[in-house]
Amino acid sequence: MENIEARVKKIVAEQLGVNEAEVKIESSFVDDLGADSLDTVELVMALEEEFECEIPDEDAEKITTVQQAVDYVTAHLNK
Amino acid sequence: MSLKGKVALVTGASRGIGAAIADSLAREGAIVIGTATSEAGAVAISARLAEFGGLGMELNVTADDAIENLVAVIEKQHGAIAILVNNAGITRDGLLMRMKDSDWDDIMDTNLKSVFKASKAVLRAMMKARVGRVINIASVVGVMGNAGQANYAAAKAGIIGFTKSMAREVGSRGITVNCVAPGFIDTDMTRALPEAQREALVGQIALGRLGDAQDIADAVVFLASDKAAYITGQTLHVNGGMLMP
Repeated sequence: MENIEARVKKIVAEQLGVNEAEVKIESSFVDDLGADSLDTVELVMALEEEFECEIPDEDAEKITTVQQAVDYVTAHLNK
Repeated sequence: MSLKGKVALVTGASRGIGAAIADSLAREGAIVIGTATSEAGAVAISARLAEFGGLGMELNVTADDAIENLVAVIEKQHGAIAILVNNAGITRDGLLMRMKDSDWDDIMDTNLKSVFKASKAVLRAMMKARVGRVINIASVVGVMGNAGQANYAAAKAGIIGFTKSMAREVGSRGITVNCVAPGFIDTDMTRALPEAQREALVGQIALGRLGDAQDIADAVVFLASDKAAYITGQTLHVNGGMLMP
C-alpha cells in the first residue's frame, strides 16, 4: 500500500513538474498542483504505464486527487 | 533541413502528392513508412523507399482499428512516430442535387475521419517525446469551395478546423499541427477532370501553370523540419496564386 502511494506520488511529481514533497495524499491535481486538463490526461497515461493497467475514460475522469489515484490502482491491482 | 532518423508516417503514399512527400522526407533522412490501400501499392512503396530505410505498408484508413494497429506495429518495429502526414484522400465529385449519401460518407470517412484517427493514434508518443509534427493535406477547395465538390470541400475545410483545434490542445507539448493546402496539382486526381474545367482553372492561377507534386512535398518537408518549430495551426497555401486568402 505504502509502496503504491510512493510510486503514485513520484509519477505525479514528475508529470506535473512539482517537488515530490508538495505532493500530499489529499492533493488535488488541478486545485493544488496546478495541473491543466491535458496534464491530467497525461498523468493517467503515466499511471497506466507504471502499473501496467488500462484505465477507462469514465474511471479516469474520477481520478482527481492523489488519494483517488492510489485507491484506483490499489483496487485494480488486487483483482 | 535534416530529418535524420526521424520516423515518419505518410498515408496514401503510392502515387501523386503522397508519393512525392514520402520520397522527399526519405531523402532528408527520415525513416518513412508510406501506406497504400493495396498490397501491390505497399510493395511498390517499399521498392522506392528501401534505400532510405523506409517501407510501404497496407492500410485501409476507413477500417476499424486499422490505423491504431498500424501505428502500434510501427512503434514496435521502428520507434515512436515523429512526423505524421495525413495525405490519404479520395474524390466522389458530383453536383449536390445528385450527390448520394454514400458519396458524402465515403469522403468523410476517408478524408476527414482518418485524420482524426491517425492524429489521435500518434499523439501519445508525441506527447511523451514533447515534440512532434502533424501535417495534414487540405486543399484550396476547402477554403474557396468548388462546384461539384461539396463533400470534398467540406472534408478539407473540416481538416483545417481540426488542425487549429489540435494545435491549440497540444502546443504546450512542443507538437505542431499544420495544413498544407495544395491548389491545382498535376496528379491522377486532377487529370480526371474534364479538359475545359482544367483550362478554366489554369486561367485563375497567377503563375499560369499547374503545380507539381514536388511543390507540395517541399512545403511538407519544411513544416516537418526544425526550421518550422514556431509555426502551428496554420494552413500553408501552395497554389501558384490561385487563391490568396
